[in-house]
Amino acid sequence: MSTIVTPMAHPPLRNPWVMLGKGFLMALLVSAGVLVLYPLIWMALGGFKSNSQIFSDPFALPNRWSFDNYVAAWNLGVRNFLFSSLLVTVVSTITTVFISAWTAYGLTRTKMFGKPVIVGFVLGGMMLSPTVALVPLVQMMQSLGLYNTHWALIILYTAFRVPFTTFLIRAYMLDLPRDLDEAAMIDGASEGQIFRKVMLPLCRSIIVSCIILHILFAWNEYLFAMIFTNQIDVQTLPVGLTSLMAKHGTNYAEVFAAMTISALPIVIIFFFTQRYFIRGLTEGIGK
Amino acid sequence: MTMATATATPRDGAAKRGAVPDRRAYLRHSLLQQLAALRWGVLALIIVGWFVYYPIIDNFFVSTTTQDIFTGEVDNVGLDNYRRLLDDPVVWRALGNNGLYAVFSVIFQVFAAFVLAAIIEGLKNRTWRNFWRAVYFIPSAISTTVTGLLFYFIYQPDIGLLDAFLHLIGLQNLSYTWLGDERTAIYAIIAMSQWQGFGYSTLLFTIAIQKIPRELYDAATIDGAGAIRQLFAITFPLTREMTGMMIIVTIAGAFQVFNEVMVMTGGGPNNSSQVLGTWLYEQGFNQNDMGYAAAIGVVIFVATLITGLMQLWYTKRRRVQV
Repeated sequence: MSTIVTPMAHPPLRNPWVMLGKGFLMALLVSAGVLVLYPLIWMALGGFKSNSQIFSDPFALPNRWSFDNYVAAWNLGVRNFLFSSLLVTVVSTITTVFISAWTAYGLTRTKMFGKPVIVGFVLGGMMLSPTVALVPLVQMMQSLGLYNTHWALIILYTAFRVPFTTFLIRAYMLDLPRDLDEAAMIDGASEGQIFRKVMLPLCRSIIVSCIILHILFAWNEYLFAMIFTNQIDVQTLPVGLTSLMAKHGTNYAEVFAAMTISALPIVIIFFFTQRYFIRGLTEGIGK
Repeated sequence: MTMATATATPRDGAAKRGAVPDRRAYLRHSLLQQLAALRWGVLALIIVGWFVYYPIIDNFFVSTTTQDIFTGEVDNVGLDNYRRLLDDPVVWRALGNNGLYAVFSVIFQVFAAFVLAAIIEGLKNRTWRNFWRAVYFIPSAISTTVTGLLFYFIYQPDIGLLDAFLHLIGLQNLSYTWLGDERTAIYAIIAMSQWQGFGYSTLLFTIAIQKIPRELYDAATIDGAGAIRQLFAITFPLTREMTGMMIIVTIAGAFQVFNEVMVMTGGGPNNSSQVLGTWLYEQGFNQNDMGYAAAIGVVIFVATLITGLMQLWYTKRRRVQV
């Protein structure tokens, strides 16, 4: 190829090596795709199979398509776990995004006392790992009477995600032009009004991204959920699944069904909100 | 930060130019304003200070004690827990496993993911580009508990999907107790992590590649540079910052890994797949040795501090260059 250096307008001739290379790359993409999807499909199908068929006939389609295992898993506790997951996710998303937007406004639009220190303090929280805080948190949560409550998770998910979410919204607000909020200020709007009526609508797209990233985090969080909850009506899906496994581990088909139920909502959310999802991820690492 | 100075309202300007006798009153007023603006910061300061910073600082104090959970008696033992740490072979093995995690994750979630992203972005059809990166991302959206349990079943000797596949292609003598053997457990877990995580970084790399101006590739094509040449001469250098950031973030993640090990082996067999996080859990919550667990926490803290500072330094350096 490289010997032909005539500046040509038409596409290069079909070289067999190039074709072969392209074929190889396509094969690579497809096999990686199969590698990713097959175990997940196996999981979802496993939920339809009978207990013995899962392992005796792993590659086959289910003998019959019945939702029995899904129903059984639902009644074994998945219903409770799903409710807890929903509650914790929804409430902690609201608190996290509200506190973060509120803080980001203060950090970008007001003359807050000691602002550089506060910026460093809040954003510095991003570097701190939940594992390190675990031992003291257990004693704290027990003395606050929050052990084995949804509040323990809501508070911790908020506290550990406010730094990152504030970081995203603050970066977005810093890039926004100030004309609008300054105009509102001259018109006599209070800071609270500017925050609600000017800034929040302007930040809608980053806020949607933050909401989705937080949902992803809260729905899947395991460490805190495992430590701070141990009853069926408080446990969220990730930790509920492991306790289901410990109790009914030999009933594979039902465990497979439970796994599928807990994975499905987040995969669906991802597909419908990809655009916002991706924006949040790239802002997070690219800034 | 430059924004802070630009917020001076017209009223402030008038006060500065105008009445000199009121200067003190003005300053007092402005200080009051600054203090009043703190209301925008208190919520975050309280919740982050109380539930993130306080326990992490408290962890240092807990690490110098031993606690009897039955009597609630707390003894100050100074640096004893840290001496124990140095002599604990499992701590070293856990550190080594975290290191292994970091090495494999950098290979698969940075370099392999980069190559995959370059291949995807080389596709002509936009729908296919979106399709592949969405497909690869799916496992990253799913909880590690689900994927961990799923691979626990896949790795089951003889009956699991992996061994069934080996039987299918006639390699049944490779069939193995993947999670049940000290030599392979940690590698089996790491493999699951790569399966789950590579799509996430592939997605980030595709976006970094999209930001490269198309003209560069057009010019290179006219100059007769082939696809591989373009990869090394254009794509790689122009996504170097993203690559650097991804390496740091991936290493940071590798030292905080917990869920998948907990779900798949709990650190076993015979502590061979322990990582720092699971060893902390084992010591603190199974052996009820909170002081020692806190000391392990300090090791994790140091690891995250180092990667965090690296990240900060890298971002700062990048800002200066741009």
